[in-house]
Amino acid sequence: MNWNDTIYLLPEIVLTIGASALLLVPVMGGRGAKLSAKWMMLILLAITAGTLLYSSHAVETIDQSRQLQAMFALDPFSIFFKLLFIAAIGILVMLSEDFLAESRYSPWEYYSLLAFALCGMMFMASGVHLITIYIGLELLSLSSYILAGFYKSELKSTEAAMKYFILGAVSSGILLYGISLVYGVCGSLNLLDIAAAMSTIVTNDALMFGIMLLGAGLCFKIAAVPFHVWTPDVYEGAPTPIAAFLSTASKAAAFSIFARIFYVGLHDFHLDWNYVLATISALSMIVGNLAALTQDNVKRMLAYSSIAHAGYILLGVISLNAMGLRGILVYSIVYVFANLGIWATVLMLRRHQYAGERIDDFEGLSRRAPLWAFAMVIFLLSLGGIPPTAGFIGKYFLFAAAVQAGFGWLAIIAVLMSAVSMFYYLRLVVAMYLREGVEAEFAITSPLKIVAGICLIVTLALGILPAPMIDQVIASSSNVAARAALTPHAGR
Amino acid sequence: MGILNIVTYIPLLGAVVLLFLPKQSGAAIRYTATFFAVVDFIASLYLWFNFNPHGTGAQLFQFRETYSWIPSLGVQYDFGIDGISLLLILLTTFMGIIALVSSYTAIDHRQKEYYILLLLLQTGMIGTFCALDFFLFYVFWEIMLVPMYFIIGIWGGPRKLYAAIKFFLYTLTGSVVMLLSILALYFFNDGGIPFLNIKGLGNAATFSVLQYHNIGHLIPPTLQFWIFIGFFLGFAIKVPMFPFHTWLPDAHVEAPTAGSIILAAVLLKMGTYGFVRFALPILPDATKQLIIPIVVLSIIGIIYGALVSLVQKDMKKLVAYSSVSHLGFVMLGMFALNPMGLKGSVLQMINHGISTGALFLLVGIIYERRHTRMIAEYGGLAKQMPVYATLFLIAALSSMGLPALNGFIGEFTILLGAANRSIVWASFAAVGIVLGAAYLLWLYQRVFWGPLDNPANKTLLDVNRREIGLLLALVVIMVWMGIKPAVFFDMIEEPVNYIVRKVDPAYFDKKPIEYPSAAPVVVSAVETTR
Repeated sequence: MNWNDTIYLLPEIVLTIGASALLLVPVMGGRGAKLSAKWMMLILLAITAGTLLYSSHAVETIDQSRQLQAMFALDPFSIFFKLLFIAAIGILVMLSEDFLAESRYSPWEYYSLLAFALCGMMFMASGVHLITIYIGLELLSLSSYILAGFYKSELKSTEAAMKYFILGAVSSGILLYGISLVYGVCGSLNLLDIAAAMSTIVTNDALMFGIMLLGAGLCFKIAAVPFHVWTPDVYEGAPTPIAAFLSTASKAAAFSIFARIFYVGLHDFHLDWNYVLATISALSMIVGNLAALTQDNVKRMLAYSSIAHAGYILLGVISLNAMGLRGILVYSIVYVFANLGIWATVLMLRRHQYAGERIDDFEGLSRRAPLWAFAMVIFLLSLGGIPPTAGFIGKYFLFAAAVQAGFGWLAIIAVLMSAVSMFYYLRLVVAMYLREGVEAEFAITSPLKIVAGICLIVTLALGILPAPMIDQVIASSSNVAARAALTPHAGR
Repeated sequence: MGILNIVTYIPLLGAVVLLFLPKQSGAAIRYTATFFAVVDFIASLYLWFNFNPHGTGAQLFQFRETYSWIPSLGVQYDFGIDGISLLLILLTTFMGIIALVSSYTAIDHRQKEYYILLLLLQTGMIGTFCALDFFLFYVFWEIMLVPMYFIIGIWGGPRKLYAAIKFFLYTLTGSVVMLLSILALYFFNDGGIPFLNIKGLGNAATFSVLQYHNIGHLIPPTLQFWIFIGFFLGFAIKVPMFPFHTWLPDAHVEAPTAGSIILAAVLLKMGTYGFVRFALPILPDATKQLIIPIVVLSIIGIIYGALVSLVQKDMKKLVAYSSVSHLGFVMLGMFALNPMGLKGSVLQMINHGISTGALFLLVGIIYERRHTRMIAEYGGLAKQMPVYATLFLIAALSSMGLPALNGFIGEFTILLGAANRSIVWASFAAVGIVLGAAYLLWLYQRVFWGPLDNPANKTLLDVNRREIGLLLALVVIMVWMGIKPAVFFDMIEEPVNYIVRKVDPAYFDKKPIEYPSAAPVVVSAVETTR
């Protein structure tokens, strides 16, 4: 470790200091109490983003020490995800304002935890070493457990936090066990070393077992079937902005490590794990979508839909080609923005702490708030993968990757299930547009408007003119794709 | 920005303008929407007058406009039309006006949204016919779903929610499977699918339909078969062919009149258009391999649709099932895979749009007055509404294929084409024609003749001037197409030859084509019948 390395870690360092400071502001008393927690948090995010951009330029001329290089990479892939996380957290801060104003709890703690979670996610995105990844994941998870139980006096919230914590702790244990087995066989935890070690191994039961445990732990984090049972309960019980956080930013972080571990570290063992993951992916799509059909609670429905989306994203991992890797990146953006837009609508319909959750609450929204209902339709179409929304571009990449990789059967399941998913997304549309008589109650505030506006513009713009995003994704994923020694797609 | 883009996006522009009109001013909304539809129709007439029907080779697809869209995937914004697309675009813009004007009094709530959606739908439909890039085609194809879903779901009949969702999910399921087929083609043209030992051609990645036309015969037959299955699901559900037709009666019965008109006139043609433009020329081997199953399904569709129409008690349902029968004809003619059958098939697409559109409009007119479509409620209307009865008769005769009206030309050409292949196919189709005459004439008899004994019918008003205007416009087209079909055959001559050359290159070796394009086609066809 030398001084140059701080440049690499600068964004995370700044963020950690800022997050700790946020926690201290209320106890300082006096002038601190008058500050707005929301604005402090947004400023912190802006500074982090600025530092990130500065570092990413600065590191081009600075050498990284060998020790850090083995643990942490500030490469285009991680920068892409870090910026996505910062944007998502920024949107979540906007979403949380009204919710915090109504609750009796301190906004400072809340934002501080969110900042720590962001820090964990940023480490995950940069991790090229299983320990870095694990530490980042734990930082994210611990912050999430607390945030899920943020309504300390609400039974549902506490229950959600307990469930999440116990299952999360077990899955972390499984993940660690898997990591230790991989270490035992490969002699290193650096992903490149693992890949190098694996290229010499033909078959090894301990290694296989380790990979399976590692995969199981990761699948818990992205809520893939059969490791998904916590999701609906936690999303339902957690405060709505936190459910939004868990289903968007937190998931995107898990996708980023999934992609990096499997593309960089484990690609030589592809034939051993791809059918297992393919089964998990198929099950996630089927169970997630079918279970979502029968939900009357919007939060539970979104939970099951997020399980299904994890299944789609796994297509990108399984296919192990450049298209699939790009698909993971594209889909992460698309999914995060469309989902945040929907969560913004759920929050808008909130009349007291747990409302805005039933599908009935959406009835008649088109008459009271036509623009908002239109935005909601676009978000739902995007999740369903209907052009001209961004969701179609995302699904296109993933399905194309699966077809190219020869997983035709999986692609067929995926497309059929995405047709099924439209059925429950349309239930919300039906409630908003087609039910007569009732008129939805809601409270539109300007932060929510801004969030919905941003998500709408992103979802439509990326759907109609996706070329800049795709070029960016190709550039950002190239280094990981190169590590995986992928044959580049002939399209470029 | 070329003329094709203008034709495509005028309705979208209209929809945007409508957004800024106040919700209450119904008249302003209606007239603005109609204005844009009329302008769009006039713009599409420009295509008609400037189209060169004798263009071949690179000149086959005209008014080409190509822009780069997603270069990294090889996706282009590629527009261009041949004679087949041209006729379908004209049908779309023409029926668009009919649909809009027919809604003036029928739609009395949420008018603004209604007209916006109809205009959006029109942009989607025209774009689908113009697209020469598969990605672009798919985008437009899916865009169409959403407005139609809302039109059925908001302004439909009692079971509108069920019908709307059924329509949406059926078509969506078909089209996502089609997407996989498109992807398989894409990879075949490009790097192949190494995992399945499918060697690609190594060309630059592209979604260009014309490029696929050129590489079609290189695709190994097994792969062609699976790609065809995907296309088949996408298109056959839309047509709809026999076992996939169950969404159609629901959607038609529940949709508002204008929705039914557009659905019958244009949306169903998307399926047949898909077969003609993509499935046949790109997948010649699979097409020939699957002729028999598809023809069997078409014939079942023809007979089954007609028989089910016979027993309907609801007029709209009767017309809906007659669509299943008519589109069976279209498919039969197409899969005769000779120029005669294909020409008849394409012409019959237009005919069906005009005639069935007219029938739905007529049913809508009487429904608006009496709020029932049950045949048993009527009888003797000819005395009460003579003008209506006359126009209904013309539309029915056109639909059943009476000579001198458009339906005859289409059905007769299809029969010739089919007979050219197999006399058995033609005989089954002929049975369908007889049945078609039966259900329509029987319907006419029950509704318009006999005593006028239902008191509710004694106060019915005859069609007003707006309705007469719409119906006369349709009748003029029916007569024009019936008397001067050569104009239309001329337009589709070259595209049809192009497709036959792609799908069955041996056809022209066996028999050099010698139909004089301007002469009455019927005569020349008889001469060349084998």
